[in-house]
Amino acid sequence: MESVLGRYRNLVILMGVLFLQVLGLAVQVKRSSDTENTRLIRVWAVDVITPFERVLIWAQDSTGNLWHNYVYLRGVRAENRQLKDQIEQLRLEQVRLNEDAVQAHRLQALLAFKEQYISKTVAAQVIGSSGSDSSRMVYIDRGENGGVKRDMAVITSDGIVGKVLQVFPSVSQVLLINDQTSGVGTILEKSRLQGFLKGTATGEVVLEGVMSDEQVAPGERVLTSGGDQIFPKGLPVGTVTKVGPGKDLFLNIQIKPAVNLGKLEEVLVVVERQERQAQTAEVGRVRAADILAQRLPSVPDKPASVPNNAGTVPAGGVAAPKAGAPKLVPANPGLAPGQAAKTVIPSPGAASNGGPGLAPPGSKPASATAKQSKPSTAPSEPGTVQAGPAKVDPAQANSQDSPH
Amino acid sequence: MPITYTSGEQLEVYRFSLPVTVGVPLLALFLQAFLPRHFPGLAVYLDLPLLVTIYFAMARRNPISGLLTGAVIGLFQDMLGHNPIGIYGIAKTVVGYLASSLGVKLDVENAGARFLLTLGFYFIHSAVWFTVARGMVSLTQNWSWTRGLLAALANAFLGVILYFFLDKFKQRA
Repeated sequence: MESVLGRYRNLVILMGVLFLQVLGLAVQVKRSSDTENTRLIRVWAVDVITPFERVLIWAQDSTGNLWHNYVYLRGVRAENRQLKDQIEQLRLEQVRLNEDAVQAHRLQALLAFKEQYISKTVAAQVIGSSGSDSSRMVYIDRGENGGVKRDMAVITSDGIVGKVLQVFPSVSQVLLINDQTSGVGTILEKSRLQGFLKGTATGEVVLEGVMSDEQVAPGERVLTSGGDQIFPKGLPVGTVTKVGPGKDLFLNIQIKPAVNLGKLEEVLVVVERQERQAQTAEVGRVRAADILAQRLPSVPDKPASVPNNAGTVPAGGVAAPKAGAPKLVPANPGLAPGQAAKTVIPSPGAASNGGPGLAPPGSKPASATAKQSKPSTAPSEPGTVQAGPAKVDPAQANSQDSPH
Repeated sequence: MPITYTSGEQLEVYRFSLPVTVGVPLLALFLQAFLPRHFPGLAVYLDLPLLVTIYFAMARRNPISGLLTGAVIGLFQDMLGHNPIGIYGIAKTVVGYLASSLGVKLDVENAGARFLLTLGFYFIHSAVWFTVARGMVSLTQNWSWTRGLLAALANAFLGVILYFFLDKFKQRA
Protein backbone atom coordinates (compact mmCIF):
# COMPACT_ATOMS: atom_id res chain seq x y z
CA MET A 1 0.00 0.00 0.00
CA GLU A 2 2.78 2.36 0.99
CA SER A 3 4.69 1.64 -2.18
CA VAL A 4 1.59 2.39 -4.28
CA LEU A 5 1.07 5.70 -2.49
CA GLY A 6 4.74 6.53 -2.84
CA ARG A 7 4.73 5.66 -6.50
CA TYR A 8 1.64 7.71 -7.29
CA ARG A 9 2.26 10.36 -4.67
CA ASN A 10 1.85 13.28 -7.07
CA LEU A 11 -1.32 11.89 -8.53
CA VAL A 12 -2.75 11.19 -5.09
CA ILE A 13 -2.04 14.74 -3.96
CA LEU A 14 -3.56 16.10 -7.16
CA MET A 15 -6.71 14.08 -6.55
CA GLY A 16 -6.79 15.20 -2.94
CA VAL A 17 -6.50 18.91 -3.83
CA LEU A 18 -9.10 18.56 -6.57
CA PHE A 19 -11.43 16.65 -4.28
CA LEU A 20 -11.21 19.37 -1.62
CA GLN A 21 -12.04 22.07 -4.14
CA VAL A 22 -14.92 20.10 -5.62
CA LEU A 23 -16.23 19.56 -2.11
CA GLY A 24 -15.96 23.27 -1.36
CA LEU A 25 -17.79 24.08 -4.57
CA ALA A 26 -20.53 21.60 -3.81
CA VAL A 27 -21.04 23.11 -0.37
CA GLN A 28 -21.31 26.61 -1.83
CA VAL A 29 -23.74 25.54 -4.52
CA LYS A 30 -25.83 23.54 -2.06
CA ARG A 31 -26.04 26.22 0.63
CA SER A 32 -27.28 29.15 -1.38
CA SER A 33 -26.85 31.02 -4.60
CA ASP A 34 -25.63 34.18 -2.93
CA THR A 35 -22.07 34.78 -1.89
CA GLU A 36 -22.64 35.53 1.78
CA ASN A 37 -21.14 32.28 3.05
CA THR A 38 -17.78 32.98 1.41
CA ARG A 39 -17.71 36.62 2.41
CA LEU A 40 -14.83 36.31 4.87
CA ILE A 41 -12.54 34.68 2.31
CA ARG A 42 -13.44 37.27 -0.29
CA VAL A 43 -12.69 40.08 2.15
CA TRP A 44 -9.09 38.89 2.35
CA ALA A 45 -8.69 38.84 -1.41
CA VAL A 46 -10.29 42.25 -1.78
CA ASP A 47 -8.13 43.67 1.02
CA VAL A 48 -5.01 42.46 -0.73
CA ILE A 49 -5.82 43.74 -4.20
CA THR A 50 -7.88 46.91 -3.80
CA PRO A 51 -5.36 49.08 -1.91
CA PHE A 52 -3.04 48.90 -4.92
CA GLU A 53 -5.89 49.74 -7.24
CA ARG A 54 -6.87 52.76 -5.13
CA VAL A 55 -3.32 54.06 -5.06
CA LEU A 56 -2.94 53.63 -8.80
CA ILE A 57 -6.27 55.31 -9.53
CA TRP A 58 -5.37 58.16 -7.20
CA ALA A 59 -1.99 58.65 -8.87
CA GLN A 60 -3.58 58.44 -12.29
CA ASP A 61 -6.27 60.97 -11.44
CA SER A 62 -3.82 63.36 -9.80
CA THR A 63 -1.60 63.35 -12.85
CA GLY A 64 -4.60 63.75 -15.13
CA ASN A 65 -6.01 66.61 -13.07
CA LEU A 66 -2.67 68.40 -13.02
CA TRP A 67 -2.46 68.17 -16.77
CA HIS A 68 -6.06 69.07 -17.55
CA ASN A 69 -6.56 71.76 -14.90
CA TYR A 70 -3.27 73.58 -15.05
CA VAL A 71 -1.39 72.71 -18.21
CA TYR A 72 -3.76 71.78 -20.99
CA LEU A 73 -6.41 74.51 -21.10
CA ARG A 74 -6.67 74.86 -24.85
CA GLY A 75 -10.21 75.38 -26.10
CA VAL A 76 -11.63 76.16 -22.67
CA ARG A 77 -13.03 79.52 -23.74
CA ALA A 78 -14.82 78.02 -26.70
CA GLU A 79 -16.10 75.22 -24.55
CA ASN A 80 -17.31 77.70 -21.96
CA ARG A 81 -19.23 79.61 -24.61
CA GLN A 82 -20.71 76.41 -25.89
CA LEU A 83 -21.75 75.34 -22.41
CA LYS A 84 -23.42 78.69 -21.77
CA ASP A 85 -25.46 78.26 -24.92
CA GLN A 86 -26.34 74.80 -23.75
CA ILE A 87 -27.46 76.14 -20.38
CA GLU A 88 -29.81 78.58 -22.10
CA GLN A 89 -31.31 75.78 -24.13
CA LEU A 90 -31.65 73.57 -21.09
CA ARG A 91 -33.40 76.34 -19.19
CA LEU A 92 -36.02 76.55 -21.87
CA GLU A 93 -36.30 72.78 -21.84
CA GLN A 94 -36.64 72.86 -18.08
CA VAL A 95 -39.59 75.22 -18.24
CA ARG A 96 -41.32 72.89 -20.64
CA LEU A 97 -40.56 69.86 -18.52
CA ASN A 98 -41.74 71.61 -15.38
CA GLU A 99 -45.10 72.07 -16.95
CA ASP A 100 -45.22 68.43 -17.94
CA ALA A 101 -44.24 67.48 -14.40
CA VAL A 102 -47.02 69.64 -13.01
CA GLN A 103 -49.52 67.81 -15.13
CA ALA A 104 -48.08 64.39 -14.39
CA HIS A 105 -48.03 65.12 -10.70
CA ARG A 106 -51.63 66.14 -10.71
CA LEU A 107 -52.63 62.97 -12.51
CA GLN A 108 -50.53 60.85 -10.16
CA ALA A 109 -52.21 62.46 -7.22
CA LEU A 110 -55.60 61.72 -8.66
CA LEU A 111 -54.67 58.09 -9.18
CA ALA A 112 -53.07 57.85 -5.73
CA PHE A 113 -49.75 56.63 -7.07
CA LYS A 114 -46.85 55.95 -4.83
CA GLU A 115 -43.86 57.94 -5.95
CA GLN A 116 -40.24 57.03 -5.57
CA TYR A 117 -37.55 59.65 -5.63
CA ILE A 118 -33.82 59.30 -5.40
CA SER A 119 -33.19 61.43 -2.38
CA LYS A 120 -29.53 60.72 -1.66
CA THR A 121 -26.67 59.35 -3.68
CA VAL A 122 -23.02 58.72 -3.00
CA ALA A 123 -20.45 59.28 -5.72
CA ALA A 124 -17.94 56.47 -6.11
CA GLN A 125 -15.08 55.64 -8.37
CA VAL A 126 -14.61 52.36 -10.18
CA ILE A 127 -11.27 50.95 -9.10
CA GLY A 128 -11.22 47.49 -10.59
CA SER A 129 -13.05 44.51 -11.95
CA SER A 130 -13.22 40.76 -11.37
CA GLY A 131 -10.83 40.26 -14.27
CA SER A 132 -13.00 37.54 -15.69
CA ASP A 133 -15.69 37.61 -18.37
CA SER A 134 -17.68 35.02 -16.46
CA SER A 135 -18.18 37.43 -13.59
CA ARG A 136 -19.17 40.83 -14.88
CA MET A 137 -18.76 43.13 -11.93
CA VAL A 138 -16.69 46.06 -10.80
CA TYR A 139 -15.27 47.27 -7.53
CA ILE A 140 -16.05 50.79 -6.31
CA ASP A 141 -14.17 52.75 -3.68
CA ARG A 142 -17.12 53.14 -1.30
CA GLY A 143 -18.17 50.54 1.22
CA GLU A 144 -19.87 50.19 4.56
CA ASN A 145 -18.03 53.22 5.86
CA GLY A 146 -19.52 55.29 3.05
CA GLY A 147 -23.08 54.22 3.79
CA VAL A 148 -23.30 51.67 0.99
CA LYS A 149 -25.44 48.62 1.59
CA ARG A 150 -26.27 45.48 -0.29
CA ASP A 151 -28.79 45.65 -3.15
CA MET A 152 -28.50 49.41 -3.58
CA ALA A 153 -28.87 50.70 -7.12
CA VAL A 154 -25.81 51.99 -8.93
CA ILE A 155 -26.36 54.51 -11.70
CA THR A 156 -24.67 57.19 -13.77
CA SER A 157 -26.16 60.25 -15.41
CA ASP A 158 -26.71 58.13 -18.54
CA GLY A 159 -28.63 55.31 -16.91
CA ILE A 160 -28.42 52.29 -14.66
CA VAL A 161 -25.20 50.36 -14.10
CA GLY A 162 -26.04 47.57 -11.68
CA LYS A 163 -26.62 46.78 -8.05
CA VAL A 164 -24.39 46.43 -5.03
CA LEU A 165 -23.66 42.75 -4.54
CA GLN A 166 -21.27 42.67 -1.61
CA VAL A 167 -20.14 45.39 0.73
CA PHE A 168 -16.76 45.49 2.44
CA PRO A 169 -15.53 48.18 4.82
CA SER A 170 -14.09 50.49 2.19
CA VAL A 171 -15.02 48.91 -1.14
CA SER A 172 -18.08 47.30 -2.69
CA GLN A 173 -18.76 44.83 -5.45
CA VAL A 174 -21.23 46.00 -8.08
CA LEU A 175 -22.93 43.41 -10.25
CA LEU A 176 -23.34 44.89 -13.73
CA ILE A 177 -26.60 44.58 -15.62
CA ASN A 178 -24.88 42.54 -18.35
CA ASP A 179 -23.93 39.75 -15.95
CA GLN A 180 -25.94 36.61 -16.52
CA THR A 181 -27.03 36.45 -12.89
CA SER A 182 -28.45 39.98 -12.86
CA GLY A 183 -32.07 40.95 -13.45
CA VAL A 184 -33.79 44.31 -13.77
CA GLY A 185 -37.49 45.06 -14.02
CA THR A 186 -38.02 47.20 -17.11
CA ILE A 187 -40.66 48.84 -19.21
CA LEU A 188 -40.56 49.91 -22.84
CA GLU A 189 -41.02 53.63 -23.13
CA LYS A 190 -43.58 53.82 -25.94
CA SER A 191 -45.38 50.50 -25.93
CA ARG A 192 -45.34 50.33 -22.07
CA LEU A 193 -44.64 46.61 -22.24
CA GLN A 194 -42.98 45.20 -19.17
CA GLY A 195 -40.17 42.68 -19.12
CA PHE A 196 -37.03 41.83 -17.27
CA LEU A 197 -33.52 42.60 -18.36
CA LYS A 198 -30.86 39.92 -18.19
CA GLY A 199 -27.24 39.60 -19.13
CA THR A 200 -25.96 36.76 -21.28
CA ALA A 201 -22.81 34.65 -21.16
CA THR A 202 -21.27 36.81 -23.87
CA GLY A 203 -21.97 40.06 -22.03
CA GLU A 204 -24.94 41.13 -24.10
CA VAL A 205 -28.12 42.46 -22.56
CA VAL A 206 -31.50 41.00 -23.49
CA LEU A 207 -35.06 41.83 -22.54
CA GLU A 208 -37.13 38.79 -21.65
CA GLY A 209 -40.76 38.24 -20.88
CA VAL A 210 -42.32 40.11 -23.79
CA MET A 211 -44.82 38.01 -25.70
CA SER A 212 -44.14 37.33 -29.36
CA ASP A 213 -47.43 38.86 -30.51
CA GLU A 214 -46.38 42.29 -29.21
CA GLN A 215 -44.94 44.98 -31.43
CA VAL A 216 -41.49 46.15 -30.39
CA ALA A 217 -39.42 48.27 -32.73
CA PRO A 218 -35.65 48.74 -32.69
CA GLY A 219 -34.72 52.15 -31.34
CA GLU A 220 -37.31 52.15 -28.59
CA ARG A 221 -36.00 53.20 -25.22
CA VAL A 222 -36.12 50.92 -22.21
CA LEU A 223 -36.66 52.31 -18.72
CA THR A 224 -36.70 50.80 -15.26
CA SER A 225 -40.16 49.78 -14.11
CA GLY A 226 -39.41 49.88 -10.39
CA GLY A 227 -40.81 46.38 -10.01
CA ASP A 228 -37.53 44.91 -8.80
CA GLN A 229 -37.54 47.13 -5.70
CA ILE A 230 -33.92 48.06 -6.42
CA PHE A 231 -34.01 50.64 -9.20
CA PRO A 232 -36.40 53.58 -8.95
CA LYS A 233 -38.92 53.80 -11.75
CA GLY A 234 -38.13 55.68 -14.94
CA LEU A 235 -34.33 55.48 -15.13
CA PRO A 236 -32.86 54.91 -18.60
CA VAL A 237 -31.71 51.34 -19.18
CA GLY A 238 -30.91 51.24 -22.88
CA THR A 239 -32.26 51.06 -26.40
CA VAL A 240 -33.72 48.16 -28.34
CA THR A 241 -31.28 47.14 -31.07
CA LYS A 242 -32.69 43.89 -32.39
CA VAL A 243 -35.97 42.06 -32.11
CA GLY A 244 -36.42 38.44 -33.08
CA PRO A 245 -38.32 35.32 -32.16
CA GLY A 246 -37.16 33.80 -28.90
CA LYS A 247 -37.90 30.73 -26.86
CA ASP A 248 -41.48 29.54 -26.49
CA LEU A 249 -43.90 32.41 -26.97
CA PHE A 250 -41.53 35.22 -26.13
CA LEU A 251 -39.56 37.71 -28.15
CA ASN A 252 -35.78 37.86 -28.08
CA ILE A 253 -35.05 41.55 -27.66
CA GLN A 254 -31.46 42.74 -27.61
CA ILE A 255 -30.68 45.92 -25.77
CA LYS A 256 -27.80 48.33 -26.03
CA PRO A 257 -27.21 49.62 -22.50
CA ALA A 258 -27.49 53.37 -22.01
CA VAL A 259 -24.23 53.28 -20.07
CA ASN A 260 -20.98 52.08 -21.56
CA LEU A 261 -20.42 49.28 -19.05
CA GLY A 262 -16.94 48.59 -20.34
CA LYS A 263 -15.65 52.03 -19.53
CA LEU A 264 -17.06 52.98 -16.19
CA GLU A 265 -15.16 55.52 -14.16
CA GLU A 266 -17.49 57.32 -11.77
CA VAL A 267 -20.85 56.04 -10.60
CA LEU A 268 -23.55 57.04 -8.14
CA VAL A 269 -24.87 54.69 -5.50
CA VAL A 270 -28.48 55.39 -4.56
CA VAL A 271 -28.22 55.19 -0.78
CA GLU A 272 -31.60 56.65 0.02
CA ARG A 273 -34.90 56.57 -1.75
CA GLN A 274 -38.05 58.35 -0.78
CA GLU A 275 -41.36 56.72 -1.29
CA ARG A 276 -44.50 58.60 -0.60
CA GLN A 277 -48.08 58.78 -1.61
CA ALA A 278 -48.92 61.62 -3.94
CA GLN A 279 -51.45 63.84 -2.30
CA THR A 280 -54.12 65.83 -3.96
CA ALA A 281 -53.51 68.57 -1.41
CA GLU A 282 -50.26 69.31 -3.17
CA VAL A 283 -52.07 70.08 -6.32
CA GLY A 284 -54.30 72.61 -4.71
CA ARG A 285 -57.97 72.90 -5.14
CA VAL A 286 -59.12 74.04 -8.51
CA ARG A 287 -62.44 75.70 -8.24
CA ALA A 288 -64.84 76.39 -11.02
CA ALA A 289 -64.46 80.10 -10.28
CA ASP A 290 -60.69 79.82 -10.83
CA ILE A 291 -61.13 78.17 -14.19
CA LEU A 292 -63.69 80.76 -15.16
CA ALA A 293 -61.43 83.58 -14.04
CA GLN A 294 -58.65 82.23 -16.23
CA ARG A 295 -60.84 82.12 -19.27
CA LEU A 296 -62.43 85.49 -18.85
CA PRO A 297 -60.49 88.61 -19.81
CA SER A 298 -59.47 90.59 -16.79
CA VAL A 299 -57.79 93.86 -15.96
CA PRO A 300 -54.32 93.61 -14.50
CA ASP A 301 -54.10 94.67 -10.88
CA LYS A 302 -52.44 97.88 -9.87
CA PRO A 303 -49.06 97.52 -8.24
CA ALA A 304 -49.57 97.39 -4.55
CA SER A 305 -48.04 100.01 -2.32
CA VAL A 306 -45.61 98.99 0.39
CA PRO A 307 -47.70 98.21 3.39
CA ASN A 308 -46.64 99.82 6.60
CA ASN A 309 -48.40 97.30 8.67
CA ALA A 310 -46.40 94.30 7.62
CA GLY A 311 -47.53 91.24 9.40
CA THR A 312 -51.08 92.27 9.72
CA VAL A 313 -53.77 90.21 8.16
CA PRO A 314 -55.23 91.78 5.04
CA ALA A 315 -58.74 91.49 3.84
CA GLY A 316 -58.11 88.22 2.16
CA GLY A 317 -57.34 86.68 5.49
CA VAL A 318 -53.71 85.84 4.66
CA ALA A 319 -50.79 87.32 6.51
CA ALA A 320 -48.34 89.29 4.41
CA PRO A 321 -44.92 87.72 4.23
CA LYS A 322 -42.23 89.17 6.40
CA ALA A 323 -38.85 90.39 5.25
CA GLY A 324 -36.88 87.60 3.67
CA ALA A 325 -39.98 85.75 2.67
CA PRO A 326 -39.77 84.01 -0.68
CA LYS A 327 -40.79 85.86 -3.80
CA LEU A 328 -44.02 85.01 -5.40
CA VAL A 329 -45.05 84.06 -8.84
CA PRO A 330 -48.51 83.86 -10.35
CA ALA A 331 -50.68 80.95 -9.45
CA ASN A 332 -51.47 80.23 -13.03
CA PRO A 333 -48.21 79.84 -14.86
CA GLY A 334 -49.91 78.93 -18.05
CA LEU A 335 -51.47 82.32 -18.57
CA ALA A 336 -50.11 84.97 -20.86
CA PRO A 337 -48.62 88.19 -19.52
CA GLY A 338 -51.31 90.54 -18.42
CA GLN A 339 -53.88 87.84 -18.41
CA ALA A 340 -53.23 86.45 -14.97
CA ALA A 341 -54.35 89.12 -12.64
CA LYS A 342 -54.26 87.01 -9.55
CA THR A 343 -51.24 86.75 -7.36
CA VAL A 344 -51.32 84.20 -4.64
CA ILE A 345 -49.49 84.27 -1.39
CA PRO A 346 -48.53 81.08 0.24
CA SER A 347 -48.69 80.93 3.96
CA PRO A 348 -45.37 80.15 5.66
CA GLY A 349 -46.47 76.59 6.04
CA ALA A 350 -47.56 76.41 2.47
CA ALA A 351 -44.32 77.60 1.01
CA SER A 352 -43.18 74.12 0.24
CA ASN A 353 -46.37 72.40 -0.58
CA GLY A 354 -48.45 75.26 -1.68
CA GLY A 355 -51.88 73.79 -1.20
CA PRO A 356 -53.40 75.52 1.76
CA GLY A 357 -53.00 79.17 2.39
CA LEU A 358 -53.75 80.34 -1.11
CA ALA A 359 -55.46 83.65 -1.37
CA PRO A 360 -58.94 83.59 -2.75
CA PRO A 361 -59.21 84.37 -6.43
CA GLY A 362 -59.37 87.98 -7.25
CA SER A 363 -57.80 89.18 -4.03
CA LYS A 364 -55.22 91.93 -4.21
CA PRO A 365 -51.56 91.35 -3.73
CA ALA A 366 -50.64 91.82 -0.13
CA SER A 367 -47.04 92.70 -0.59
CA ALA A 368 -45.00 94.94 -2.83
CA THR A 369 -42.58 92.08 -3.37
CA ALA A 370 -45.26 90.11 -5.07
CA LYS A 371 -44.61 89.85 -8.78
CA GLN A 372 -47.36 90.60 -11.15
CA SER A 373 -48.27 88.49 -14.13
CA LYS A 374 -44.96 86.89 -14.93
CA PRO A 375 -44.82 85.17 -18.31
CA SER A 376 -45.19 81.46 -18.04
CA THR A 377 -42.10 80.71 -20.08
CA ALA A 378 -39.77 82.56 -17.77
CA PRO A 379 -37.82 80.27 -15.48
CA SER A 380 -38.27 80.71 -11.80
CA GLU A 381 -35.68 82.74 -10.00
CA PRO A 382 -33.66 81.18 -7.26
CA GLY A 383 -35.54 81.22 -4.02
CA THR A 384 -38.80 81.64 -5.74
CA VAL A 385 -41.65 79.62 -4.40
CA GLN A 386 -44.16 78.62 -6.96
CA ALA A 387 -47.60 78.81 -5.52
CA GLY A 388 -49.26 77.04 -8.41
CA PRO A 389 -49.92 73.36 -8.65
CA ALA A 390 -47.20 70.72 -8.19
CA LYS A 391 -45.13 72.32 -5.56
CA VAL A 392 -42.69 69.45 -5.31
CA ASP A 393 -40.60 68.95 -8.36
CA PRO A 394 -38.88 65.55 -8.35
CA ALA A 395 -35.92 66.98 -10.19
CA GLN A 396 -35.44 69.60 -7.52
CA ALA A 397 -35.81 67.04 -4.79
CA ASN A 398 -33.06 64.99 -6.35
CA SER A 399 -30.68 67.80 -6.89
CA GLN A 400 -30.86 68.91 -3.31
CA ASP A 401 -29.25 65.85 -1.95
CA SER A 402 -27.45 64.20 -4.74
CA PRO A 403 -23.89 65.29 -5.45
CA HIS A 404 -24.82 66.04 -9.04
CA MET B 1 11.29 25.17 -33.06
CA PRO B 2 11.22 21.54 -31.92
CA ILE B 3 10.31 20.36 -28.48
CA THR B 4 13.21 18.18 -27.47
CA TYR B 5 12.86 15.18 -25.23
CA THR B 6 15.49 15.29 -22.53
CA SER B 7 16.34 13.00 -19.66
CA GLY B 8 15.65 14.14 -16.12
CA GLU B 9 19.34 14.50 -15.27
CA GLN B 10 19.90 17.04 -18.01
CA LEU B 11 17.08 19.34 -16.94
CA GLU B 12 17.73 22.10 -14.51
CA VAL B 13 15.33 22.83 -11.70
CA TYR B 14 14.82 26.40 -10.67
CA ARG B 15 13.57 28.11 -7.60
CA PHE B 16 12.45 31.64 -6.86
CA SER B 17 12.91 34.00 -3.98
CA LEU B 18 9.95 34.56 -1.65
CA PRO B 19 9.19 38.10 -2.92
CA VAL B 20 9.03 36.80 -6.48
CA THR B 21 6.98 33.75 -5.50
CA VAL B 22 4.40 35.92 -3.77
CA GLY B 23 4.76 39.18 -5.66
CA VAL B 24 4.51 37.97 -9.27
CA PRO B 25 1.22 36.06 -8.86
CA LEU B 26 -0.22 38.97 -6.89
CA LEU B 27 0.87 41.42 -9.57
CA ALA B 28 -0.71 39.21 -12.23
CA LEU B 29 -3.97 39.07 -10.29
CA PHE B 30 -3.89 42.79 -9.68
CA LEU B 31 -3.32 43.58 -13.36
CA GLN B 32 -6.00 41.13 -14.39
CA ALA B 33 -8.48 43.02 -12.20
CA PHE B 34 -7.22 46.50 -12.91
CA LEU B 35 -6.47 46.59 -16.65
CA PRO B 36 -10.01 45.84 -17.89
CA ARG B 37 -10.99 49.25 -16.51
CA HIS B 38 -8.97 50.76 -19.34
CA PHE B 39 -9.06 47.91 -21.84
CA PRO B 40 -12.47 46.27 -21.51
CA GLY B 41 -11.74 43.39 -23.88
CA LEU B 42 -8.67 42.31 -21.97
CA ALA B 43 -10.50 40.11 -19.48
CA VAL B 44 -12.03 38.16 -22.36
CA TYR B 45 -8.75 37.29 -24.05
CA LEU B 46 -5.93 37.43 -21.53
CA ASP B 47 -5.45 35.33 -18.44
CA LEU B 48 -2.31 36.58 -16.72
CA PRO B 49 -2.73 34.34 -13.64
CA LEU B 50 -2.76 31.33 -15.97
CA LEU B 51 0.48 32.41 -17.61
CA VAL B 52 2.14 32.84 -14.22
CA THR B 53 0.88 29.41 -13.12
CA ILE B 54 2.29 27.78 -16.24
CA TYR B 55 5.62 29.54 -15.87
CA PHE B 56 6.21 28.67 -12.22
CA ALA B 57 5.07 25.09 -12.76
CA MET B 58 7.35 24.55 -15.73
CA ALA B 59 10.36 26.21 -14.11
CA ARG B 60 10.13 24.35 -10.80
CA ARG B 61 9.50 21.00 -12.45
CA ASN B 62 7.81 19.69 -9.32
CA PRO B 63 4.24 18.46 -9.81
CA ILE B 64 3.20 19.02 -6.21
CA SER B 65 4.59 22.52 -6.19
CA GLY B 66 2.98 23.15 -9.58
CA LEU B 67 -0.48 21.99 -8.59
CA LEU B 68 -0.37 23.90 -5.31
CA THR B 69 0.73 27.08 -7.11
CA GLY B 70 -2.12 26.64 -9.56
CA ALA B 71 -4.61 25.98 -6.79
CA VAL B 72 -3.65 29.06 -4.78
CA ILE B 73 -3.60 31.41 -7.78
CA GLY B 74 -6.86 30.00 -9.10
CA LEU B 75 -8.66 30.23 -5.78
CA PHE B 76 -7.49 33.82 -5.38
CA GLN B 77 -8.84 34.60 -8.83
CA ASP B 78 -12.16 33.07 -7.84
CA MET B 79 -12.34 35.27 -4.78
CA LEU B 80 -12.26 38.41 -6.88
CA GLY B 81 -15.39 37.43 -8.78
CA HIS B 82 -18.87 36.62 -7.55
CA ASN B 83 -19.12 33.04 -8.75
CA PRO B 84 -18.58 30.17 -6.29
CA ILE B 85 -14.96 29.79 -5.24
CA GLY B 86 -13.17 26.85 -6.81
CA ILE B 87 -13.89 27.01 -10.55
CA TYR B 88 -10.63 28.69 -11.48
CA GLY B 89 -8.97 26.85 -8.61
CA ILE B 90 -9.70 23.43 -10.09
CA ALA B 91 -8.77 24.50 -13.63
CA LYS B 92 -5.45 25.98 -12.60
CA THR B 93 -4.63 23.05 -10.31
CA VAL B 94 -4.89 20.72 -13.30
CA VAL B 95 -2.82 23.05 -15.49
CA GLY B 96 -0.18 23.49 -12.78
CA TYR B 97 0.14 19.73 -12.38
CA LEU B 98 0.35 19.06 -16.10
CA ALA B 99 2.78 21.91 -16.76
CA SER B 100 5.19 20.75 -14.08
CA SER B 101 4.85 17.12 -15.16
CA LEU B 102 5.68 18.09 -18.72
CA GLY B 103 8.48 20.33 -17.48
CA VAL B 104 10.13 17.23 -16.02
CA LYS B 105 10.09 15.48 -19.36
CA LEU B 106 10.52 18.24 -21.91
CA ASP B 107 12.91 21.06 -22.50
CA VAL B 108 10.72 24.06 -22.01
CA GLU B 109 13.40 26.70 -22.20
CA ASN B 110 12.99 27.72 -25.81
CA ALA B 111 10.41 30.16 -27.08
CA GLY B 112 8.76 27.79 -29.57
CA ALA B 113 8.13 25.13 -26.97
CA ARG B 114 6.79 27.70 -24.56
CA PHE B 115 4.46 29.10 -27.21
CA LEU B 116 3.01 25.70 -28.10
CA LEU B 117 2.70 24.59 -24.50
CA THR B 118 0.94 27.79 -23.44
CA LEU B 119 -1.42 27.39 -26.40
CA GLY B 120 -2.22 23.86 -25.34
CA PHE B 121 -2.56 24.68 -21.66
CA TYR B 122 -4.96 27.50 -22.46
CA PHE B 123 -7.30 25.01 -24.12
CA ILE B 124 -6.94 22.53 -21.27
CA HIS B 125 -7.67 25.29 -18.77
CA SER B 126 -10.74 26.38 -20.73
CA ALA B 127 -11.99 22.81 -21.05
CA VAL B 128 -11.72 22.14 -17.32
CA TRP B 129 -13.19 25.53 -16.47
CA PHE B 130 -16.19 25.01 -18.76
CA THR B 131 -16.77 21.52 -17.48
CA VAL B 132 -16.84 22.63 -13.87
CA ALA B 133 -18.79 25.84 -14.55
CA ARG B 134 -21.50 24.08 -16.49
CA GLY B 135 -21.50 20.76 -14.70
CA MET B 136 -21.29 21.86 -11.11
CA VAL B 137 -22.30 25.49 -10.88
CA SER B 138 -24.77 25.58 -13.79
CA LEU B 139 -23.24 28.69 -15.27
CA THR B 140 -24.44 29.21 -18.81
CA GLN B 141 -21.30 29.64 -20.85
CA ASN B 142 -21.00 29.46 -24.60
CA TRP B 143 -17.81 28.26 -26.14
CA SER B 144 -16.70 30.00 -29.31
CA TRP B 145 -13.86 28.37 -31.23
CA THR B 146 -12.90 31.63 -32.92
CA ARG B 147 -12.71 33.50 -29.68
CA GLY B 148 -11.02 30.60 -27.94
CA LEU B 149 -8.35 30.32 -30.62
CA LEU B 150 -7.71 34.06 -30.64
CA ALA B 151 -7.46 34.08 -26.86
CA ALA B 152 -5.11 31.09 -26.88
CA LEU B 153 -2.85 32.75 -29.46
CA ALA B 154 -2.86 36.04 -27.56
CA ASN B 155 -1.98 34.31 -24.30
CA ALA B 156 0.72 32.20 -25.92
CA PHE B 157 2.28 35.23 -27.55
CA LEU B 158 2.19 37.27 -24.36
CA GLY B 159 3.39 34.25 -22.42
CA VAL B 160 6.61 33.98 -24.42
CA ILE B 161 7.42 37.62 -23.71
CA LEU B 162 6.43 37.35 -20.06
CA TYR B 163 8.48 34.18 -19.49
CA PHE B 164 11.49 35.93 -20.96
CA PHE B 165 11.25 38.63 -18.30
CA LEU B 166 10.46 36.18 -15.51
CA ASP B 167 13.57 34.17 -16.43
CA LYS B 168 15.61 37.01 -14.90
CA PHE B 169 14.27 36.11 -11.46
CA LYS B 170 14.88 32.39 -11.47
CA GLN B 171 17.70 30.88 -9.45
CA ARG B 172 19.29 27.51 -9.94
CA ALA B 173 18.15 25.13 -7.22
